[in-house]
Amino acid sequence: MQTQRKDHHSWRKLKSALISGLTFCSAVLVIAPLGLVFFHVLKSGIGAINLEFFTNLPKPVGVPGGGMANAIVGTLVLLTLASIIGIPIGVLGGVFLAEYGTARVNAVLRFIADVLNGVPSIIWGVVVYGLIVLRFKSFSAYAGGLALGLIMIPLILRTTEEVILLVPVGYREAALALGIARWKTIVQIVVKTASRGIITGILLALARIGGETAPLLFTAFGNRFWNHDLSEPIAALPLQIFTYAISPYDDWHRQAWAGALVLVTGVFCVNVLVRIVTRVRTASA
Amino acid sequence: MPQPEVVEPRDPGATVLLNTEGEPLPLAMEANNVSMWYGAKRAIDNVSMDMPGKAVTAIIGPSGCGKSTFIRALNRMHELVPHARIEGSVFLHGQNLYASGVDPAIVRRRVGMVFQKSNPFPTMSIGENVIVGLRLNGVSDRKFLNERLEQSLRMAALWGEVKDDLHKSGTSLSGGQQQRLCIARALAVEPEVLLMDEPCSALDPIATAKIEELIQGLKTRYTIIIVTHNMQQAGRISDFTAFFYMGRLIEIGSTTKIFTNPNEKQTEDYITGRFG
Repeated sequence: MQTQRKDHHSWRKLKSALISGLTFCSAVLVIAPLGLVFFHVLKSGIGAINLEFFTNLPKPVGVPGGGMANAIVGTLVLLTLASIIGIPIGVLGGVFLAEYGTARVNAVLRFIADVLNGVPSIIWGVVVYGLIVLRFKSFSAYAGGLALGLIMIPLILRTTEEVILLVPVGYREAALALGIARWKTIVQIVVKTASRGIITGILLALARIGGETAPLLFTAFGNRFWNHDLSEPIAALPLQIFTYAISPYDDWHRQAWAGALVLVTGVFCVNVLVRIVTRVRTASA
Repeated sequence: MPQPEVVEPRDPGATVLLNTEGEPLPLAMEANNVSMWYGAKRAIDNVSMDMPGKAVTAIIGPSGCGKSTFIRALNRMHELVPHARIEGSVFLHGQNLYASGVDPAIVRRRVGMVFQKSNPFPTMSIGENVIVGLRLNGVSDRKFLNERLEQSLRMAALWGEVKDDLHKSGTSLSGGQQQRLCIARALAVEPEVLLMDEPCSALDPIATAKIEELIQGLKTRYTIIIVTHNMQQAGRISDFTAFFYMGRLIEIGSTTKIFTNPNEKQTEDYITGRFG
């Protein structure tokens, strides 16, 4: 009887250890690709990172000292243009879905937003190409910004809506019971309470579209020089990496790695920023 | 607010509350044939009730009897629930709150509410929480706001405890203090009536005692209608008590009468604990 119990106990311990080991291995397998990507990019790109990379324009092949300054600035410009379209429409749309409308209409809107979130980003590029680039007969920063902004809208809309729905009903009731008008309640109480979550959603959307290449292929198009007019083509970091990576030149390959490193670092920094924004403030004693 | 309308006939079955000389008491609010539905389900069935001014009226009854639903009709808060419907009228000092053209936001400024779970706004400090009702309704005079801030916190018996910490977050207080903060916030807009929906049910006995004491102090200036599932609390603090059961007002009278010599058998059964 005693021996039987001991055997059963050892078998249970073995099973437990097996499952713990399996889940641990899974965790490692999940983190490993992230680590591999980051370290490989770091190793390959760090050599070409220097001041010239951040300040110089691309130089002809064989001429030393070229950089991606215009691409870095171009990405920032495109992100700004995209934000002007994406943030107001996304946030206001999210507020509408959470606070107004009817159950049926909102269900349809949510479904549409979810479908749009799943549309491959190159489709947005093609759509903007047809609507804007062909009409104005030119690639432009505006077109690129629009394409990225259109990707942002359903993304921010859903995250905003979800965060606002998390605000407890009690706060709305308390504000309305004070005789505060409904729209003021929504703006000054509900959205304010949800503001950290909304900002997180915006930052994550920016990180996502900052790396989008496909929609920029036929809208922003890329530019070897500084962009002086937003209705002209503009360089962007992912585009530049693409162009350099498929080229046959070693020098450009090194610069592509450096560009990739800058991009990955940028996304990393945005996520750190998100952590800082959402850190729980300890209540004052 | 529109002019007082032609007085509609009172429900003849409604109890008229009298003072010690046998005269009808001055009323702050009256409910007249109020019925309420959530969708198809009838929650309140033809309730007519007097609420005397500058007194505490308690509403008691078992869970699900409609106390919280009814009290939300008094400041039109039930309108926030989709598919909620009301028939009948509620009068505040003679003015029908449900007349066409009456702005619910103005009704809610005159009839304030404190909820079961305290809910100070987390993005605001203690001071900002108290005056938020005034500020978001357009008042910007700093001096006036500061005066009202101190006055409201004193009335809520909280001034001494927080006067040096007004900049701290509203959620940094204890549960009982938060509820008193919510009371101060409701009082800051100077309502005529204060509705309280089980304000102490989430609090410990000491915090409860503090709030009960504060209610006694408030009734000299405000009319208070308090919903409570705690009969002993109703007995302690109220002047009048209304007993609700299954959406109907079974009986209303002075607290002493209800607790010692009620007219209805159902009331007596509830008071003595034969059902709960």
